Amino acid sequence: MQDYFIILASEIYKILFLLIPVLVTVAMIVWLDRRVWAFVQKRRGPNVVGPFGLLQSLADALKYIFKEIIIPASSNKVIFILAPIVTMTLALIAWAVIPFSEEFVLADINVGILYIFAVSSLGVYGIIMGGWASNSKYPFLGSIRSAAQMVSYEVSIGVIIINVLLCVGSLNLSDIVLAQEKIWFVIPLFPMFVIFFISALAETNRPPFDLPEAEAELVAGYQTEYSGMMYAMFWLGEYANILLMCALGSILFLGGWLSPINMYPFDIVPSPLWLILKILFLFILFALVKAIVPRYRYDQLMKLGWKIFLPFSLIWVVLTAGYLMYFDLLPTV
Amino acid sequence: MIAHAIFFYVFSFITVISAVMVTVSKNTVHSVFFLILDFISISCLFIMIGAEFLGMIMLIVYVGAVAVLFLFVVMMLNVAHQKNTFFKSTHGSRHIPIGLLVSLIIFFELVIVVGGWKYKPDLINSISLEISEVSNTHSIGYVLYTDYIHLFQLSGMILLVAMIGAIILTYRKREGLKRQSYFSQISREKDDGVDLVDVEKNKGVKIDV
Repeated sequence: MQDYFIILASEIYKILFLLIPVLVTVAMIVWLDRRVWAFVQKRRGPNVVGPFGLLQSLADALKYIFKEIIIPASSNKVIFILAPIVTMTLALIAWAVIPFSEEFVLADINVGILYIFAVSSLGVYGIIMGGWASNSKYPFLGSIRSAAQMVSYEVSIGVIIINVLLCVGSLNLSDIVLAQEKIWFVIPLFPMFVIFFISALAETNRPPFDLPEAEAELVAGYQTEYSGMMYAMFWLGEYANILLMCALGSILFLGGWLSPINMYPFDIVPSPLWLILKILFLFILFALVKAIVPRYRYDQLMKLGWKIFLPFSLIWVVLTAGYLMYFDLLPTV
Repeated sequence: MIAHAIFFYVFSFITVISAVMVTVSKNTVHSVFFLILDFISISCLFIMIGAEFLGMIMLIVYVGAVAVLFLFVVMMLNVAHQKNTFFKSTHGSRHIPIGLLVSLIIFFELVIVVGGWKYKPDLINSISLEISEVSNTHSIGYVLYTDYIHLFQLSGMILLVAMIGAIILTYRKREGLKRQSYFSQISREKDDGVDLVDVEKNKGVKIDV
């Protein structure tokens, strides 16, 4: 019994060791996002609170904590309160399987990629629940849009993951990274990387695909009725999801924790740092896209997902499988 | 082992309770949410017996896609506040006897399956692989794409037919619909759109050529 508690305590310690940095990074990444966005448009961005405005997110969080939480009288109260909790929880539990180095991974499970895929497909529930429970027109429209959008783009992300899995032969995330020791998958599967990036934008409701919260049409979409800390939780969950998609992209295509060249000046950098740098790189791309691309129309969004990305990635699966089969490169168990 | 038992009973308790709540809750949207909870706890049970692949697929397919569409339909049809009249059947509705019949048949089928598994253990020995050596996903792949390939293809065909049927049933051709054609937009040249005309004095020019 004594051992059991020691194991439990060490596990909780590990979880906190992972989650607290993730939460702090999420807060910082909001600042980075606004900063990049501002620099592209030749503005300054948040630069008042703290050095370079670094403490802006902290100030925002304090403001949200002290604001009143308003629950609409005609809302479905239980589901209304559950929705941001679901979003936040799902965005955080997916980090359990992300490998930061060969040793540093919280849960090295065999079906890691499926786990992340499952958790990110559950993410739509936070939005649907919030939109429906608000009992108001704009949130409902926003949540319906978002549900259709996320289900559509999940399909193409799934097919892209199949492409990578064909080259690896395992669903374990560490195996996926180790399979890229010779060459990162971004080079042979470059079109898939581009499609993955765009699908990830749509999956996380980022501009140019932020139709669920398109402020010109739907006020703020599913978040319209939310206030105070509940709104902040939606917000944090969204950014945690974006970071997760960046992490997934760098694990699937950019070689995870591996250094670009296995030589002297590169291999003294600790491997978790490489993953963090890659995540940051992808995130800055996300932020740039937000700044430079106008919003899509809804029918164009659906057309892009179902009529262009899905057939193209399916054909690419056939090509990859055929190539691996012909040159006898299929991974063995 | 005790922890294992505790987790098992917690998940099975949630499964059973939420399955009951699906049928008795008054709000249809709540029913769907309980159904989702049911799916999630069933997938937890799958993971507990070591069928991690099945558990994850259960989450992805049923919770991530099927239940979303359920929720969609329930929300769109606006049946959320229908009163559940399951226990007090009014004006001679016949769905309760039929439902009982179906559930009886399912019950007997389960009895047969469990009985066969209990009293004739050779039934499941057709799997030739050692479970401990390869991972769950690999062993399912081996069996699915070798011994049962025809059944697998057949079920794929059935799903395809169902999908095409659903599309044909709901498809209607709409008249006077204006569609955007990217290619004709992009491939427009200056000569197609702009016409330079020398206008003679006091004569004007006819534009619609």
